[in-house]
Formats: sequence, structure tokens, C-alpha cells
Amino acid sequence: MQTVMGHLLRVGLLVAVAVVLVGGGAYLVNLGDLPAHYGTFTGTPTALRSIPGILHSAAQLHELGLIQLGLLILIFTPVARVAFSVAVFAAERDRLYVVLTLVVLAILALGLSGRGP
Amino acid sequence: MSTLAFSALVFFGSVGAGLLGSLTGLGGGVVIVPLLTIAMGVDVRYAIGASLISVIATSSGAAAAYVREGFTNIRIGMLLEVATTSGAVLGAVLATRLPPSVIEIIFGVVLMVSVYLTLRQEEPAPVATDQADRLALRLKLDGSYPTPAGPASYAPQRIPLGFGIMGIAGTLSGLLGIGSGAVKVLALDQAMRLPFKVSTTTSNFMIGVTAAASAGIYLHRGFIDPGLAMPVMLGVTAGSLVGARLLVATRSELLRVLFALAILALGIEMIVDGLRL
Repeated sequence: MQTVMGHLLRVGLLVAVAVVLVGGGAYLVNLGDLPAHYGTFTGTPTALRSIPGILHSAAQLHELGLIQLGLLILIFTPVARVAFSVAVFAAERDRLYVVLTLVVLAILALGLSGRGP
Repeated sequence: MSTLAFSALVFFGSVGAGLLGSLTGLGGGVVIVPLLTIAMGVDVRYAIGASLISVIATSSGAAAAYVREGFTNIRIGMLLEVATTSGAVLGAVLATRLPPSVIEIIFGVVLMVSVYLTLRQEEPAPVATDQADRLALRLKLDGSYPTPAGPASYAPQRIPLGFGIMGIAGTLSGLLGIGSGAVKVLALDQAMRLPFKVSTTTSNFMIGVTAAASAGIYLHRGFIDPGLAMPVMLGVTAGSLVGARLLVATRSELLRVLFALAILALGIEMIVDGLRL
């Protein structure tokens, strides 16, 4: 079980890096000449702030959308690990830890919804 | 500066941050945020967004190797993740409400405390073995880990204290976009008396999950900019992978102290910069 978990983390990281590399490469080739401006905070464009927006942008092969998709995959890798742990504890019939893991999953869902308390 | 030149600079800076972070044991986040804000003039909110992403990447990379070796205590990790993820959500919400100057000042202070915690070469607290805490027994937190002389068992102590410190670690992680590994190890090592190998690997195992809890809030508030996060994530990941290799080869105490002093200077810079804003 622990081996599967180790693989899960590694594969998630590798896929995320690959997607970010593709998007990042295209971004630098196509838009590399534009001036960089991070000194004043305006926030990321709204389309790249939500999961549906990112999926839509990545599906149209927009450079920044692809990078954000890679970052989303990265963010969801540890979440998948927690979800997987629910199954592991359930298989061990460990009720207490199934509940604790579900609590962690619920807090993660709250955070990922972007709203917070 | 053009985006291409800027990205290249940030990438190489991030490789250095990842290296420094893994060699000192402080993590890449505490180095990359001052580098971006002070040296490259990036707004601290973009900086902590990019840093948080790199924290998830390094944690996943290292944890993949550790879980298989049998040092990580998954029950302890999961129990304490209730505290760290709650703290992380709270910290991320605070980050979206506090003025950037305040975030910079808190960052500087935390940086200095972290350096103190890692440099303080106290003899490690003795590992508790037989008299297990009643709560720890009920939560099935005792475990064993592989040593050259066969498996060694341990019994964690003071669970509520460890849980509380973890809540603080999670809040700092969400507020500052760092892994706060130094505080996590403090809880596992000093409060709960876990063996060093178990506490460092379990801490690393938890860092990615903790960071994921704040990442969604950062994303929705526009802190995670793809153009900036891309070179930071790739650079820090590469740097910390190399750093982990180097760490096995060279264990120079002098180098560690020198690096820690450099990071201390960054902390002072952050506070000065925050006061100037």
C-alpha cells in the first residue's frame, strides 16, 4: 500500500512538471518578449483563478492555461493521497482513522472551494 | 525586463533557493520569497503564491522516496493534518486580508525564528519507548522503524501539545506560503519525542497536504500567477533534488551555519522592506 502511495506522489509530480514545461515553453516562445510586471499586485486574470476557467483555457491550448493546469495537477496530488488513505484505513477496518481522514478531506475541499471560512 | 530574461533569472534563483533550502533543512520557500520580493521587486502576494506551489512540489518529490522506506508514521501524519490543514485555511484567509507590509514583517520574524530553531544544536530529546501516553495508545500512534539493528519501536508523548504546535505551523504555512518544516519538526521531535528519522519524514509527508489546503484560496484570490509560478516551481524542484543528493555526500556543519546566517540576513531585509512599504 505504501509503495502505491509513493508511486502516486511521484507520478503526480512528473505529470505536473511535464504539463508546466509544455505550457511554459510555449509561453516563453510566444510571449517571451513582453515586459514582466510583478511589482504591483493586480491578481491573476479571473479566467485563470477557478478550476472550470483553467480547464477551459487549457482545453483551448492557451499557454497560461496549460501552466495553471499543471499547477492544479500538482495541488491535487497530495489531495489524491489523502483520498487514497481513506481506502487504506477502510480496508484495515480502522473506523477512527477513516473518520479523521474524511475530516482532512473535508477541510481540503473547503480550501479548494476557494471560499474559506 | 522582458518576460524571457525575467523567467530565466527567477529560474536560476529558484534553483539556488531549492539547493540552499534543502542543504539547511529549512526548505525552499523561506529562501524564494525574500529573493523574489527583495532582489526582484515582486509583490509579496505573488511571491508567496509561487512559493506555496514549489513547497507542494518538493514535498511530493521527497515523500515519494520516504514512504517506501517505512519511516513515515501515516497515522500520526493524518491525525496532525487535521490541525495543519485547519491552520492552513485560516492562514490563507489571513494572507488575503492583511496588508502586504505586515506579511513581510511576519515573514522576516518567522525566518529568524526558524533559523534559530534549526541552528540550536541541543542534544535531541530522548526518544520515548516504553511508557506510552494513554491518548497515544488509544489513537494507535505508537510504531517502529527500520534500523541496522532491526526494527526499533517508539511511543509518542504529549499529543495535545504536538497537535497545538501543528495548528500554528499550518497557520504560518498558509499565511506565508512556506512549508514551515522547522516548526513541524519541533512538534514531532521536541513535544512528541519521536525519533529524528520518523519526525523529519512524517513532517515532510504532511507539508504537501497542508500547502494544498491553502492553495485553493490563493488561486481564487489571484496569488498564483502562472508566469511566475512556472520558473519558481521548476527551479526549486530541480534545486532541492540536487541538494538532497549533495546532502548525502557532504555533511559540512560550517556550510550549514554559513547558509543559515545568509538566511538570517534575508529575514532582517524582509522586516526592513516591510517597514518601508
